[in-house]
Amino acid sequence: MPNLRKFSPLLLLAIFAFVGCRQDMHDQPRYKPLAQSDFYPDMRSARQPVEGTVARGQLHEDTYFYTGMVGNKPGDYMPFPVTQDVLERGQQRFDIYCTPCHSRNGDGKGAVVQRGFQSPPSYHTDRLRNAPLGYFFGVITNGFGAMPDYAEQVPPRDRWDIVAYIRALQLSQNATQADVPAGQKVPSAAPEFRGDPGSGATLPLPAPPSQNKTGEDSK
Amino acid sequence: MQIFHRATNTIAKASIYGALLLVGFILWACVQFQRSPYVTYAHVARPQPVPFSHEHHVGAIGIDCRYCHTSVENSNFAGIPPTKTCMNCHSEIWLGAGMLQPVRDSYATGKSLVWNRVDDLPDFVYFDHSIHINKGVGCNTCHGPVDRMPLMYNEGSLQMEWCLDCHRSPAKNLRPRDQVFNMRYEQPSTQKPLLYAGKVYTDQMALGADLVKQYHLRTVADITSCSTCHR
Repeated sequence: MPNLRKFSPLLLLAIFAFVGCRQDMHDQPRYKPLAQSDFYPDMRSARQPVEGTVARGQLHEDTYFYTGMVGNKPGDYMPFPVTQDVLERGQQRFDIYCTPCHSRNGDGKGAVVQRGFQSPPSYHTDRLRNAPLGYFFGVITNGFGAMPDYAEQVPPRDRWDIVAYIRALQLSQNATQADVPAGQKVPSAAPEFRGDPGSGATLPLPAPPSQNKTGEDSK
Repeated sequence: MQIFHRATNTIAKASIYGALLLVGFILWACVQFQRSPYVTYAHVARPQPVPFSHEHHVGAIGIDCRYCHTSVENSNFAGIPPTKTCMNCHSEIWLGAGMLQPVRDSYATGKSLVWNRVDDLPDFVYFDHSIHINKGVGCNTCHGPVDRMPLMYNEGSLQMEWCLDCHRSPAKNLRPRDQVFNMRYEQPSTQKPLLYAGKVYTDQMALGADLVKQYHLRTVADITSCSTCHR
């Protein structure tokens, strides 16, 4: 054993030097969500369920809740009672998923439209003011014209919340003096956005302030 | 008979202290190296198949985080958007851009885009986005100023001391739930007081302490226990 004793300090040093470099525990042989797999031909570790699979609780028996259609025509009622919570959730989801094109007040002049996407119609036209609620649900679910479907991004319950909020938005933009409490004016003053948009989305950067013409800055 | 010159005494002493200092320095250097971006990749932008700019999409256009990261509020995984989400807008915008060719190819062929992961926690750590979001931890508390990142990088070291820094004192980072996704949120200060739930806050610790109670945060002992994250 003299040889081993001679080398043991070196061995110890080698263990200290290299043991920290192993990444096995950091990168374990399992898949994180959406990780790449070299086993399946499409390189995806996340597998699609077999076609026709119906998971528990996903039979979608309440067809109106999932399609907004009564027979072949869009229905004009909400599948659940509308409360203040529903409208607030609807506003939040609308601000996340719809405002990029439709803008916060629904006039169809959102930030993405200003950058070249074709302008969607304003909600505040007679055609859309009279459209049944199920029509809006159908458009969110299936898309319409240039608008893609939002079925994957917005679950059905949220879609209905958005539908309720759109109707509220239409009423708000078409309100008369009789609709508001005394002391308020129609049209109301434009809302003043603080640094904190309600949904939490970052508001678009304001236009850079025009150059100070009086030259006060240079003083 | 004196073999060595008297000065060698000093050299002997100095070499002992010098050796101690050297060992100390090497240990310190090792620790600093372990924490350096060379190991943690903090603040190192990663190359991506498409140079997606959060600065442009979040900062300039104002798209909410959840437009793409749809599952962040109710899942441990925030979600990487499918190519279809890109095509929601890029079916009409920047149609000819060569930069976006991989996106169009992916959409046409159904092959996934292969993004390079930026925030990669060790696999022995259990992390859940939804609990942090729902308890009032802002996105940019951990992810940094994403709305000013042309290419994505990780803000923190993702090392345990970085997680524990907040778990030991959550009050210093909590914000009202409706401000979690606000990239420009500023903590209340005497210059910028915050009105929340009918109360004016001029101090983050006061707001944080109230939110800890209101959001029913587990005790510090609970959230710093080993098995909270290593389960």
